[in-house]
Amino acid sequence: MTDLSRRKLIQTGLAAATGIAGLGVATGLAKNYGLIPPDYGGIWGVGETLNYASYRLLTNHSMAREFARTEISTRPLANEIPPLNDAFKKLQAGGFADWRLTIDGMVDRPGTFSLQQLRSYPSRSQITQLACEEGWSYVAEWTGVPLSHVLEVAGIQPRAKYVVYFSIDPDWWDSIDMGDALHPQTYLAYGMNGGDLPVGNGGPLRMRVPRQLGYKNVKFITRLAVTDDLRKFGKGLGSASPEGGYAWFAGI
Amino acid sequence: MGVMQSVPEELVPGPASLSPSTAEPPRHSALIRATHWIIALSFLALLVSGIEILISHPRFYWGENGNVLTPVLFKLPIPSSRSLVPTGYGYVLPDQNGWSRYLHFQSAWLTVLTGLVYVAAGFVSGHFRNNLLPRGQDVSWRALWRTVASHLRFERPSAAEARSYNLLQRLSYLFVIFALFPLVIWTGLAMSPAFTSAFPTSVTLLGGRQSARTIHFFVAAALLLFLLVHVGMVWFAGFRSRMRTMITGRIYGPLEDA
Repeated sequence: MTDLSRRKLIQTGLAAATGIAGLGVATGLAKNYGLIPPDYGGIWGVGETLNYASYRLLTNHSMAREFARTEISTRPLANEIPPLNDAFKKLQAGGFADWRLTIDGMVDRPGTFSLQQLRSYPSRSQITQLACEEGWSYVAEWTGVPLSHVLEVAGIQPRAKYVVYFSIDPDWWDSIDMGDALHPQTYLAYGMNGGDLPVGNGGPLRMRVPRQLGYKNVKFITRLAVTDDLRKFGKGLGSASPEGGYAWFAGI
Repeated sequence: MGVMQSVPEELVPGPASLSPSTAEPPRHSALIRATHWIIALSFLALLVSGIEILISHPRFYWGENGNVLTPVLFKLPIPSSRSLVPTGYGYVLPDQNGWSRYLHFQSAWLTVLTGLVYVAAGFVSGHFRNNLLPRGQDVSWRALWRTVASHLRFERPSAAEARSYNLLQRLSYLFVIFALFPLVIWTGLAMSPAFTSAFPTSVTLLGGRQSARTIHFFVAAALLLFLLVHVGMVWFAGFRSRMRTMITGRIYGPLEDA
């Protein structure tokens, strides 16, 4: 009996040691391959890391589902939008002619784009679904310039890891990793269903990330910041969402 | 160490010889007890967080599109945590979706990983074959009717049922393990835009994102119904003795109490 329990103890100890060592190696690898989300800390860290790591490993080159023109919803819900500030109203009164998108951070040519400039770049369209974390959804045709094109124009530096994007509403900003930023379906969208993007749906300029839920698709974009370290922004959690209790990764 | 051993038929004492024996293998193996309680806890977390998320949009649709501007398949007569949802109630509940979503997915991971261990061990050890697959002599409409009738008459389970599952238990456990759980995981993943980008047929097979969400709701409701009946039956069979058996693995039969 004593022999048995000693053997059991040794076996358990070995298993635990192997487990801890394995976990250590896995964490190191995960960090190297960019599998750890910025909101990995705290009690939800394990689930969030599993979600985000699976996304990075499983869906690296996958494309969001695209739909037939007949599947476009006749009721693209604008959803609740925060009270628009004076800066927005002023630009709206001028037909958004003075709307500017700035880009800074780890780019060779930081600068400013007008909507006219963005529209002059090759435009792309996708018929994809916008799904809200609450459960509702609609399919629409989105038109815009791929974010990758704007990043290319600005000359993105090789060490860059994330693109942070800001709404004109100072409480609303988010970020995506380079995999999403350079993904062919990630647009700076200025059009919807053949017309200008309505203000309710995020016009004049909205980030469109169709492999993630609605709240990642921030409305009224005025600034892009390219970085290798999300800790420099806000509370360091990568976006306003975790600061308000929501996950940074919104692919599920 | 034989933790996964099932009870061979000849070792199961008949009703006449219900003397508890310390040498008897455990009624439930350690692995089954551990996975049972981990999944019980994570399922409760999934249930609470799922209901919280549901409250933000208690309306259901079919197909791909569905929001407050589109017609519903049906809606639940409950208040909502979003002011945009017309509920008929004059108030809006506080938003709980942030932590609910974090908790939902973390518990889902725990359920899925624990469930995989349980299912793999169940096949290897013969748990499914020996303990859950209906026994040859039980597979008939008459036998099924007998056990249903016995349940309907609220007959107390025989002492032998403390050591083995009856036909209705076997069928419902198999249904929960191999139909409801896989379906609730599938329909949950089919709502993820990231998952469906890699596996689009996971959602198109179901008829669209809103269909997946509606099915997810019904499967979750079926699992809740199972939970209620399961706990009710445990209560009926003797809550304390059955709980002790599920925790310690040992049987506390009527003769032992005497």
